[in-house]
Amino acid sequence: MTYIKPKFRHPELPKNDLGYVKSDYEGAISTLCAGCGHDSISAAIVQSCFELSIEPHRLAKLSGIGCSSKTPTYFLSNSHGFNSVHGRMPSIATGANMANRDLIYLGVSGDGDSASIGMGQFVHAIRKNVNMVYIVMNNGCYGLTKGQNSATTDLGGFSKAGGLNHYPAIDLVSLAIEMGATFVGRSFSGDKNQLVPMIKAAIAHQGFALLDVVSPCVTFNNKAESTKSYDYVRAHLEATSTIDYVPEKEEITVSYEAGMSALVEMHDGSVIQLHKLAPNWDPRDRFSAVRRLQKAQANGEVLTGLLYIDPESKDMHELEQTVDVPLNSLREAELCPGSSVLERVNAEFR
Amino acid sequence: MEHLRSVNDLVIRFANVNGTGSASANNMFAKAVFRMGIPVSPKNIFPSNIQGLPTWYEVRINEKGYLGRREGVDVMVCVNPQSLPRDVASVKKGGYFIYDNTKRLHPEYIREDIHYIGVPMTGLTMQHYNEPRQRQLFKNVIYVGALSALLDIEMEVLHGIIADQFRGKEKLIAPNLKALDLGYQHAKNNYACPLEVRLERRDHVKDCILIDGNTACGLGAVYGGATVAPWYPITPSTSLVDAFEKYARKFRIDPETKKKRYAVIQAEDELAAMGMVIGAAWNGARAFTATSGPGVSLMSEFLGLAYFAEIPVVLVNVQRGGPSTGMPTRTQQPDILSSAYASHGDTRHVLLFPSNPKECFEHTAMALDLANRLQTPVIVMSDLDLGMNDHMSPPLSWDDSRKYDMGKVLSADDLEQIEQFGRYLDVDGDGITYRTLPGTHPTKGAFFTRGTSKDEYARYTEAGDAYVRNVDRLLKKFKTSAKLVPPPELYQKKNHSKHGVIFFGTTTYAALEALDLLKEQGLEMDALRLAAYPFNEAVSEFIDEHEKVFVIEQNRDGQMRTLLINELEVFPKKLIPVLNYDGMPITADRIEQLILQSFPEEKMEVHVQNGMN
Repeated sequence: MTYIKPKFRHPELPKNDLGYVKSDYEGAISTLCAGCGHDSISAAIVQSCFELSIEPHRLAKLSGIGCSSKTPTYFLSNSHGFNSVHGRMPSIATGANMANRDLIYLGVSGDGDSASIGMGQFVHAIRKNVNMVYIVMNNGCYGLTKGQNSATTDLGGFSKAGGLNHYPAIDLVSLAIEMGATFVGRSFSGDKNQLVPMIKAAIAHQGFALLDVVSPCVTFNNKAESTKSYDYVRAHLEATSTIDYVPEKEEITVSYEAGMSALVEMHDGSVIQLHKLAPNWDPRDRFSAVRRLQKAQANGEVLTGLLYIDPESKDMHELEQTVDVPLNSLREAELCPGSSVLERVNAEFR
Repeated sequence: MEHLRSVNDLVIRFANVNGTGSASANNMFAKAVFRMGIPVSPKNIFPSNIQGLPTWYEVRINEKGYLGRREGVDVMVCVNPQSLPRDVASVKKGGYFIYDNTKRLHPEYIREDIHYIGVPMTGLTMQHYNEPRQRQLFKNVIYVGALSALLDIEMEVLHGIIADQFRGKEKLIAPNLKALDLGYQHAKNNYACPLEVRLERRDHVKDCILIDGNTACGLGAVYGGATVAPWYPITPSTSLVDAFEKYARKFRIDPETKKKRYAVIQAEDELAAMGMVIGAAWNGARAFTATSGPGVSLMSEFLGLAYFAEIPVVLVNVQRGGPSTGMPTRTQQPDILSSAYASHGDTRHVLLFPSNPKECFEHTAMALDLANRLQTPVIVMSDLDLGMNDHMSPPLSWDDSRKYDMGKVLSADDLEQIEQFGRYLDVDGDGITYRTLPGTHPTKGAFFTRGTSKDEYARYTEAGDAYVRNVDRLLKKFKTSAKLVPPPELYQKKNHSKHGVIFFGTTTYAALEALDLLKEQGLEMDALRLAAYPFNEAVSEFIDEHEKVFVIEQNRDGQMRTLLINELEVFPKKLIPVLNYDGMPITADRIEQLILQSFPEEKMEVHVQNGMN
């Protein structure tokens, strides 16, 4: 196991528009188990931010508690991070977002953190359409406490510490669509080609973007029959489409067969390009998403890709009608009504 | 029959049905007394109900300025048949019982030792108003009209209040004036007015205002620069955030875009409300929330995070009777310990104890500064009595040259000057370290905020020595905070009595009155009012300099006494608890009685003295 990250960088490493190399977006060395799906997701986050040329300090990363919530240490070390309380990251992200609408908020959570202890906060952040990316590293078990069943463990699944699971699994993407989420995707930690453009699109989305990423726990839940294992997902992966995220400035040159592709224009002018679309499928249609998901579930498929998007999404700041500048930038002159106004207020109480 | 006699010294109680619009008539009454220059202290005694259950409004009028509650009702205005038996019984001997005599009073409610004044409130409304809702509302105004004749309230004052109340809805003025007159004429024509218990104009109110503590706290948050206010509804704190929003909507709208320079967010529960405060404060906004006991319990995990991760959060705890749902519409001071030590592990939180609306305003604004200066939770400890009842208070004031204290926050330029930024490095030796806000600098100053143990550079560690260094520094920071919080108020230049009393918050009114009562009996005591926790040196000095110290508070277990014993290492027997916890504000009589019980000999002496006189 490696303990030290070399500081040496090859002088000819590719640089992004800001002049940063990819390693500028990395974090400390992971302390998760070797082969953990979460590390692949961290790598995809690094890749996405590097390719999008995000100023690292313009992004804030937040997490709850659990193996997944440890990962923000392993990426974007030049970004502020907040490893908070179990299941409570959504409220902290909501408050942070209210304070400064100009930053990008990346929340990282797990199935225990989001589907059990933090279910209330999770659905309410969706409902409020907080402008953030919310990644659930979903491994169907409690890793950090040694393998108990979680609320996304398969019905009838058998875990090392939890034994036989009698309860149905909660499907976070169906739940999110039901709750009115404006961007819902599912991916697989082992499919970087799909995951990276999805993270980029989620960042561009103006509102709550859920990415439920199946991320096998190699230590506690990787038996072939588990729907969260590498073997199962690879065998049953069913992508709704492939996806490209195209930033505003790039011209779209590739064209696809009619009926098999869709362009979704985002709030900031960038474009999501979906191609090889599954038949009878429109990710802008909530009903078609729900139908397709239920069908996939019945067939034992792991449906991945961008499942639902509302390009007209209004985030919480828009709904609350807050000023365009960050609230944390306001000072006395904008905030304090002053003593003469207070005299008038006093007079109302005489 | 005996008649109670007094000028500007009475307790009047209104017995109403919840949800019938009585509150505005009752407020009109209290305000009229106030505008006649007479100190007044109204209290709403209401059920946890929206419509139909009995509710009372009790007003103490006292020209000496005693604003605490007093036992015994001199004048009862009974508009609620449900509570009639109780209401008849509660009138003092020689007092007055004003009731709706549209129907005759059952003989079993006739007492020989009180005076009955019938006003056909229902009858008059049936005669003069057509709509059922109007009949219900004006019944209330009719009794205010009757009181104006019976107690000698100046009619012009009432007219002025109605004019103010219905500014912009002028067509409502005439029917209100008519109802006032109906009541007035009825009393005038049927009874010798005024009664022997009556009012007379004075000039004792000066520039004071009549305002509830929650409104004052809400204004304090507006003036103190709060921008993010997440909250969850809970009595008795709800009206605090309502007030913040009301004044923010008035004073915090961007004139050009008409957009809000604030965000009030109704959270899904108190946990989320506190989480949002933490997120916003971590990100450099001045943020606060308000709650009551059950909410503090729910927020406890997060308060520990804010303490340990050093986030400047502000919480107003408008206390109510506990434990559990307890007495949700009654007052107490029962969360002293649960607030001071909220959360697991070793935690201590800064508490402020406002005792009137002016201090509610000041402490809330101050809490936003203190929290940012100290990077820790600051809890303003109000209560239901202070928060929801109107109190006569000195006017609110603001110094326009005042700057918001954002505490030790490094800018991008600052970071350029520093060789290595250490988030938890005690550079100044006061336990308060420097922080950076997200988005400050592209390559410097980023760190990981966490609830886990860390070293001076915010790196996760399980090393025992680093942990100890950190929590010891937090303790040092807490000691620093003792120098920054408001000092206690001493009511004497120099201690001159063997014994002292300590009190805080809404207990102050009754405590000051009790001190006068005790003095009349020859027992003079020194007094100290706590304004904050941690306690500064003046508090331990006060305790050291007295033989017995009475700690007056409104909970069963003497929680402030426990906190004093624990924090100042005082010999427990020296601190004598003086308690009230029935859900009603403590009275001076109760304090006097309980203190006298501790002095069997002195009490005897006093009696002897009285006998000789």
